[in-house]
Amino acid sequence: MSQIIIYTIITLVAIGSAAAIILYFVAQKFKVYEDPRIDEVEESLPAANCGGCGFPGCRNFAETLVKSDSWEDLFCPVGGNETMARAASILGREAIEQAPRVAVVRCNGTPEFRPRVNQYDGSPTCAIAHSLYAGEGGCPHGCLGLADCVVVCAFDAIHMDPKTDLPVVVDDKCTACGACVEACPRDIIELRKKNKKDRKIFVSCINEEKGAPAKKNCSVACIGCSKCFNVCPYEAITMENNKAFIDSDKCKLCRKCVVVCPTNAILEINFPLRKEKIETAEAEASE
Amino acid sequence: MSLKTFSRGGVHPPEHKLSSGLTIEELPPPDVVVIPVSQHLGAPAKVLVKRGDQVLIGQLIAQSDGFVSTNIHSSVSGKVLKVDQFMDSSGYRKLAVQIEVEGDRWMEDIDRTDDLVKNTVLQTADIRKKILEAGIVGLGGATFPSHVKLMVPKGKTAEYLIINGVECEPYLTADHALMMERTDEVFAGILVLMKGLGVDKAIVGIENNKPDAIAKMKQVVQGSNVLVQGLKVKYPQGGEKQLVQALLKREVPSGGLPIDVGVVVFNVGTAFAAYEAVNKNRPLIDRVVTVTGKSVEKPSNFLVRIGTPVSYLVEKAGGVPGNTAKVINGGPMMGKAISTLDIPVVKGSSGILLIGENEARRKETQTCIRCTKCVTVCPMGMEPYLLMTLSEKSLFERMESEKVMDCIECGSCSYTCPSSRPLLDYIRLGKSEVGKIIRARKAV
Repeated sequence: MSQIIIYTIITLVAIGSAAAIILYFVAQKFKVYEDPRIDEVEESLPAANCGGCGFPGCRNFAETLVKSDSWEDLFCPVGGNETMARAASILGREAIEQAPRVAVVRCNGTPEFRPRVNQYDGSPTCAIAHSLYAGEGGCPHGCLGLADCVVVCAFDAIHMDPKTDLPVVVDDKCTACGACVEACPRDIIELRKKNKKDRKIFVSCINEEKGAPAKKNCSVACIGCSKCFNVCPYEAITMENNKAFIDSDKCKLCRKCVVVCPTNAILEINFPLRKEKIETAEAEASE
Repeated sequence: MSLKTFSRGGVHPPEHKLSSGLTIEELPPPDVVVIPVSQHLGAPAKVLVKRGDQVLIGQLIAQSDGFVSTNIHSSVSGKVLKVDQFMDSSGYRKLAVQIEVEGDRWMEDIDRTDDLVKNTVLQTADIRKKILEAGIVGLGGATFPSHVKLMVPKGKTAEYLIINGVECEPYLTADHALMMERTDEVFAGILVLMKGLGVDKAIVGIENNKPDAIAKMKQVVQGSNVLVQGLKVKYPQGGEKQLVQALLKREVPSGGLPIDVGVVVFNVGTAFAAYEAVNKNRPLIDRVVTVTGKSVEKPSNFLVRIGTPVSYLVEKAGGVPGNTAKVINGGPMMGKAISTLDIPVVKGSSGILLIGENEARRKETQTCIRCTKCVTVCPMGMEPYLLMTLSEKSLFERMESEKVMDCIECGSCSYTCPSSRPLLDYIRLGKSEVGKIIRARKAV
C-alpha cells in the first residue's frame, strides 16, 4: 500500500518538475518586458477612465506618460497638477503645470428670455433634435435642453435646472474632462480657466446670426455690437461671426465688459455686488 | 393584368388619399416669395441678383455652382427685397432671395401657350444642357439634379428609363393628379428623357390604387416603346431601388445606384418638368403640392410657384384646423414636422400635411422586445433594431460596417415597431455621423 503512494508521489513530482522546466524556458523565450513604472504611474492616476486626457483609459495614458519624451499636450484634467506631479516624481521628471479648468455653459436662453415657440416631441436627445431643427426657442445656436451633457458626465457635475431648462455645472465636482463639450451638438459648453472663488466672466451666447434675428429669438443674445471689444483693456475679447468671445486666459476679471453689454449677454458669476448696485439695493430696502 | 411588386419587406399604411381625383388648382402668386438658393442636393447655387433688382418670371437668379448643383429661377416678376437668411424646411435659416411680386412679366423666350409640343428639336447633349439650365431636379423629394442622372458615367450603359408614378406615401396625390390631367405632357416628357438618356425602352410604374391613372397612361403610350406597368400597393415601392426590383427583378448593389444595373429612374413630376423645360423652354418655377389632412376643410392639389409661403397654401385650403398639432412637410412616412408655416415651397415639396392632436402624439417609447418586426419589414434587408442600439451607443464605425448608408429612410421600421421605438430617428443620426466619418476619410 505504502509503495503505491510512494510511486505516485515520485511520478507526480517527475511530471511537475518536467513541466516546470519546460515552462521556465518557454517563459524566457516569449518574455515581454513591461516597464514596471507603468503600473506605478497607473496607480497614481484617478482611475476614472473618462477619456478626458484624450486616451481610451488611464492605462493607456500611463503608458504614454512613461514612453513620451515630451509631456506637452499630456495632461490629466481630472487629477490636475497634483496627479501630474505625483506621476512626474515616480518617473523622476518635471511636470508641466496647467491652470485648472471648468466647464461653462454659454447659453442663457431661459424660457423667460427665449420664449418657446413650438413643442418638440421627438426622441429626447440633443443630437437628434439638433439634426431636425433650430429648437423650441427658435435659436439655431441655443441650448436644446435635452441633457446630452448630463448623460455623459461621469462625475455627476452637471444637471438640468428645471426652472431655466438649462444645464448647470457644479464647479467643485467638474473635472474638466471635456465629455460634455464633446457631447453638445452645438458646442455651447466650453472649458474655461478656473479663477479664485470660482469667479467667471463669459459671453453667455454663441449665436452667430446678425443682431436683429438673434435678438428676435432671445432677448439676452449677443448681437455682435463690439461694445465689450472696445472697452476691454486687456485685449481678451475677440469679435468673430457676429459674436464676442472672451479668452479666459487673458481676462483679468475687471468686469468692464459686463456693464457695457446692451443685452446682458455677458455674465459675471460669484462676484460681490458692485458699489452702485449695493447703493440701489439699500435705497430700495429703505423705501 | 399581372401586378408586380418588390420582394423584400414593406408595410401597408392606411392610404388616406383625401385629395385623390381632385383637379389641380393653379394658385395666383402671393405678395412676397422667398426662394432658397439650396433647393437641391449638392452645392448651393450662387446668387446673381442683389437688393433692388427687377426680375422677370423665369429669370435666372442663382447659378449652378459645381457639377452636382443646379440653377434657380425667379418664379415671379417684381423687385428683389433682400438676399438674406430665411427659415426653410430644414428648420434653420439659409440663404434665400426674397422677391416682392409686381405685375406678371415673363421672360420673352418662354412658350406660355397651352399647345402640346410633341416634337423635341434638341439633340441628346443639348437636352442635358437644357435640363441643367432650367434647374430641373428630382421632384419626388430627393431633389437630386436631373442633368447629373442623364450623364451616364463611363463604363456603364443605360438600358431602361423608369418613370416613377408610384406615389406610395399616404395622403399625397400630386403625382396622381399630374398623370390624370397632364397625361400627354407627361408622355412627351418621358420621350424627352429617353432621348436625353439615349435609351429606347421606358417603363412607367404605377400602383394599382390609381387604376384611372394606369388606364389613362396606357392609352397615351400606345404604339410607343413605353410600357405602363401596374404594381401591387406596398410601401415603399416609390423608392427607386424597390421600383427597379419590382419592375425588372434587378437588385441595385449595396452602395450603388440604379445605373449600375442599367436603369435610370425619374419621377412623373420630373418628366413633366423636363417636357416644359425642353419643349416649351420653361424653367422649373412651379410644382404641384398636395395640401391635406383629415380636418383640413378643402384638401387640394395646388399648382404653386416655388417660394410661396406654406401659410398661403394652407390658407387657400381652408386654414389651419383648430385641432392641428403638427404640420408635416411631405408625407406622413418620410416627411418632417415643421416648426413654422413661414417657410417657402421648394422644388422638393410634394405635400403639406396637417395632423391632429391624437394622430400627432408619439407613443411612449418602450424597450425592444426582440420581435424582429423591423427586420421583416425593412426593404433593404437591414437590422434596424441593431442600428438603433449602435447609434445610441455612438458606435458609428460598427454602423458603417453594418451598411447603414444603404438605408433609404423609408420609416417602415418605426411605423411597425410595437414598442414605438424611434428607430429611424437614431438611424438617421447614425447616417449623418457615418457620412462625416466617410468624408473625413476621403479628405485625408
